[in-house]
Amino acid sequence: MFLSQGWRGIAAIMLSGPGADPTNIFAPAGTPAHSIFSLSLLVLSVTGAIFLGVTGTLIYVLVRYRMRKNSPDADQEPPQIYGSNQIELSWTVIPILIVVMLFLATTRVIYTTENARRPKDALNVTVVAHQFWWEYRYPSLGIVTANELHVPISDPKHPMPTYLTMSSADVDHSFWVPRLAGKTDLIPNKVNTMWIDPQQPGLYLGQCAQYCGVQHAKMLIRVYADTPQQFAAWVANQQRPAVDDTAVAEGREVFMHNACISCHTIDGTVATGRFGPNLTHVGSRDTIASGSVANNPANLRRFIEDPANFKPGALMPPMHLDSHDLDAVTAYLTSLK
Amino acid sequence: MATHIPFDQAHAPEEIGDKTQRKLWLEVLHEWVTTVDHKKIGMMYIGYALFFLVVAGFEALLMRIQLAVPNNSFVSPEVFNGLFTMHGTTMVFFVGMPILFGFGNYLIPLMIGARDMAFPRLNAFSFWISAFGGILLYYSYIGGSGLYGAGSAPDVGWFAYAPLTAKVFSPGHSTDYWTLSLLLTGIGTIGTALNIVATIISMRCPGMKMSRLPLLPWLYLVTSGLTFVAVGPLTAAQIMLMLDRYLGSHFFDTQAGGSAVLWMHFFWIFGHPEVYILVLPAFAFANEIIPVFSRKAIFGYPAMVAASVGIGFVSLSVWAHHMFTVGLGAAENTFFVLATMAISVPTGIKIFNWLATLWGGKIQFTSSMMFAIAFLFQFLIAGLTGIMLSVAPFDWQLGNSYFVVAHFHYVLVGAILFMLFSAFYYWYPKMTGRMLSEKLGKWHFWLFLIGFHLTFDFMHVPGLLGMPRRIYTYEADRGWMIWNMIISSGALVQAVATLLFVYNMVWSYFKGPVAGPDPWDAWTLEWATPSPPPSYNFAETPEVSSRRPLWDLKHPDDPDSDYEIGPSHRRRAKEESA
Repeated sequence: MFLSQGWRGIAAIMLSGPGADPTNIFAPAGTPAHSIFSLSLLVLSVTGAIFLGVTGTLIYVLVRYRMRKNSPDADQEPPQIYGSNQIELSWTVIPILIVVMLFLATTRVIYTTENARRPKDALNVTVVAHQFWWEYRYPSLGIVTANELHVPISDPKHPMPTYLTMSSADVDHSFWVPRLAGKTDLIPNKVNTMWIDPQQPGLYLGQCAQYCGVQHAKMLIRVYADTPQQFAAWVANQQRPAVDDTAVAEGREVFMHNACISCHTIDGTVATGRFGPNLTHVGSRDTIASGSVANNPANLRRFIEDPANFKPGALMPPMHLDSHDLDAVTAYLTSLK
Repeated sequence: MATHIPFDQAHAPEEIGDKTQRKLWLEVLHEWVTTVDHKKIGMMYIGYALFFLVVAGFEALLMRIQLAVPNNSFVSPEVFNGLFTMHGTTMVFFVGMPILFGFGNYLIPLMIGARDMAFPRLNAFSFWISAFGGILLYYSYIGGSGLYGAGSAPDVGWFAYAPLTAKVFSPGHSTDYWTLSLLLTGIGTIGTALNIVATIISMRCPGMKMSRLPLLPWLYLVTSGLTFVAVGPLTAAQIMLMLDRYLGSHFFDTQAGGSAVLWMHFFWIFGHPEVYILVLPAFAFANEIIPVFSRKAIFGYPAMVAASVGIGFVSLSVWAHHMFTVGLGAAENTFFVLATMAISVPTGIKIFNWLATLWGGKIQFTSSMMFAIAFLFQFLIAGLTGIMLSVAPFDWQLGNSYFVVAHFHYVLVGAILFMLFSAFYYWYPKMTGRMLSEKLGKWHFWLFLIGFHLTFDFMHVPGLLGMPRRIYTYEADRGWMIWNMIISSGALVQAVATLLFVYNMVWSYFKGPVAGPDPWDAWTLEWATPSPPPSYNFAETPEVSSRRPLWDLKHPDDPDSDYEIGPSHRRRAKEESA
């Protein structure tokens, strides 16, 4: 079973197809990842050729010039050769030429990616990294959400990239969704930008790639590339005020009378904390705990009871609610579609 | 000037393990603690580093067990983060540096015909303060959390990026143990580097011009020069961090306007030259061992020296290739791409010269040589993956992934550790007077080779599949499990091979064949002394007239000195034709 999985993995890399590996860097689905992929093919073929040449020479030398005990001159030292300036020069100049070639190809991709012209209808999203979750703010749309980034797909004929303006609220983090683009660090007191332009609708996975503390491992990234219709629907829902369902009024009371409100925001309520994720539409998300587990009432209840059940080291403390209150607040949060 | 190397027959040990001179263990201990003999200090460095090699290797094993399957709970995230921090810090500062300085300490005076290092007391001081640094780091397991009880190890990663090290994100004292132990070992490192430079510059025996200096001391000279430049910024950064943590300064305190990127610059202007500080001594061993077991002089001695010095200089301008994802901007990234790619040229020259040394030789496949050949092969691969990482856009994908972890372990294990094993098989007879068992050596070689390739070849793959480093567990749906299983199984094989090596060292110390002064029929001055050499090394100062004084003695009809002057290496041929 292991073996077949291994071979499938090798095949997936060789064929660079999307396959079963959701974070394969050789299965690009956006322009930055594509240009890196093309460049990497050049680099791999150059280094591969050098590898074959040098290893071939090494094997030849080891076989050809091994000590032969039975040869007539076995007790004599081989001829001593001290060097040759011509040969030294040749294996200095040829590598320099290879380096120049690689350097020029690299420079081109650096500039076309980092200094790409920003189309005026590009979507702007502000990304703020926290220990150990992602805050996404859409200033032009008035949306604040967490951990699940929705962006429209980009039609190559009418590019509609999403520009991410990134910083950190605490320590260093790094945003890495391998199929869309290379990673960019999120550093406190510094603003970085990157752009993505997924061309096929779907879910693209990634995770924090800069060690940021205890729960670095479960700071997962989910990027939903939506069709224009899906994206418009998602925006419309996110822009609605929080659902206020009287059926879950009891859970709402529990939430508003506990410490929850110091860290979480629910629009239109007294909950205006900003330390944790915005929960205005938490019920509409697929996952909780920064992508760690599916968003269903059972998981949500366990998470509220003690976040360490899924994410030991998460900064949210166990809430010490009794079973009744736990059920109520879970029902309330689930209702926030 | 003729080559003149009086062999100190009068003091050659007649039988090793001579029972008549047995001392009380307290006397032996006193002798080692108070010694200023470069050979004893060298061996203490090596023993100390081997101890920490086993400790940090054990930490790696625990991590590999945790990562063998997804969502494992063999260790907690807190423990795991401590493990990788301690593993990295220990391997770099308390295994790599001391073991290389240990060999340098032992070999340099012997190879240049000197009786000791230039500053023997500084030498002892440097060792003991470095040793204390290591003990302090590990004391954090007892005292890391402060005064209130149970401790914990540092868990900020070996490059300890700010502001994770700030008091607010890293309370307790674990980060302080890390900071102070690196400060202390930095003092020892500078002391030893100073000593090596002074020794090589001023203690060479008559006739040993810089152009006749064996390549091992040459490369240690470059390494020591790099140490001066590199360790200073690290020490400065550690002091600034202490000021931030305890005296309210804000160098790296981003909440108060400090800069996280500043720490990265400080750390990597140390950290990248550090890679070359560690790898140049491995090159140095290869420069001595590959020629002897090819039975040929090193090919292109001047080119090898020039390439090493070139690597030394260029390595000071490549540090920000660790920061391609930090957002330095396109122009800065482009500069560091060029500088990093440029370093592959002198590095390539070295590989080609080693190949040319093998070419036309009579290659003897001793355990030492087999490790050296594996070094050559693996260093080639490490260099090629290094070129991939120097391509900044490729690095945006590969950086901080398991691909990088595989790359630098290829350098540190595949190149440096393999070359260290080669050096052990080569110089152990000189140090102890006994040969290591070749049979166990071959077992050690093949087992370690298999374990190494199982672990580190396959470690590239999860990186390509998007697995970041320093995660204590991972999602089951990413397709990473099979690779991690293979990696972990390889780690076990390496552990077994290492234990075999330790067993070989202990067994051979008592039971190995007696080595005699020159078991490999080698050419440099250390083989002109008895094994082990007396405390004063040479009874009379030797005189040399070429790079290979023992070759000249063994082949008086065809001495090296006839060949080595002039750029064309053909002076003699011209004279004959004239």
